[in-house]
Amino acid sequence: MEKQVLVIFPHPDDEAFGTAGLMTKFINEGVPVTYACATLGEMGRNMGNPFFATRETLPEVRKKELKDACQAMGVNDLRMLGFRDKTLEFEDPELLVSTFSKLVDELKPSLVITFYPGYGIHPDHDACGAAVVEAIRRLPASDRPTLYTLPITPDRESVLGKPDKVFDVTDVLDTKIKTIEAHRSQTEAMVARLDDGSLDPNSDIMTFIKQESFWIYPFDE
Amino acid sequence: MKPILIEEVQDILETFENKELYFHLETTSGAYAAQNKEKLAVGAYIRNGSLQFTNVKIAGSGPFRVGFKLKEGWMYAEGLTDYQLDDGRLLMAGHDDSGRLAIAVQLSYTPFD
Repeated sequence: MEKQVLVIFPHPDDEAFGTAGLMTKFINEGVPVTYACATLGEMGRNMGNPFFATRETLPEVRKKELKDACQAMGVNDLRMLGFRDKTLEFEDPELLVSTFSKLVDELKPSLVITFYPGYGIHPDHDACGAAVVEAIRRLPASDRPTLYTLPITPDRESVLGKPDKVFDVTDVLDTKIKTIEAHRSQTEAMVARLDDGSLDPNSDIMTFIKQESFWIYPFDE
Repeated sequence: MKPILIEEVQDILETFENKELYFHLETTSGAYAAQNKEKLAVGAYIRNGSLQFTNVKIAGSGPFRVGFKLKEGWMYAEGLTDYQLDDGRLLMAGHDDSGRLAIAVQLSYTPFD
């Protein structure tokens, strides 16, 4: 059993599709889960129709959604790290690495979850994943937590092979869908299809939501 | 925000002429646009740049174009659909039919957060 899980992503909602189920399972088992979210997704594009936000109000909207998502999962240690959306790759990498190192030193997680650097599609995903990998690489090998990484490029399996860990999250699917719904500014178009039943339970998207796959990051010595 | 009314926005824009301003200028095709191999993902972003303009004109029949004549140059943007006067700041943006922001031009006397 894990002692402490640390999830590090750049944007509110990055956890929703890929890890919300596993985070919920850990919480249900009594494992403490910390979610560190680097930005507030300030540069999100969806302002709604009718509008629910402007460029200037979107950060507050998404902060609320992030808190609601954490409440849905039962995460009670949310760290909002105060970086700005779409700028992570331009930050001094040392600033990111030291920020994540401090979290790892404080929490001493047995498991860390982030994006697989180089397979993140969004530049913030890659920068975040690379800095988390570096923060953990700097620990003595015997002290390193396990690192579950999420590659999201379509070619992930052809390049990286099959995932090392696949979790069926059907048992916590209601919570996962509530988490996805909490990020309304990002997911409302999709959620409408979940709610009206137009998504077949065996459709690709539902199959995708019911399963969470991770690649254990290989630290080559 | 509400749909741009050209006369109203022109009047508001003119109140910012010859003043020290902070501006936000942004365009984006979305960070995931490059996933579609046929599409080039483009974007540009300036937040709290400072400028002064001597003349300004909003043009078109919607979506609108806006051009600022600077002391020593020009700035312009196109594709604007909506605006809001927000605590002395002018927010203008271009949204597509589903409410996704594709461009934003914002002027303020004080820095944006």
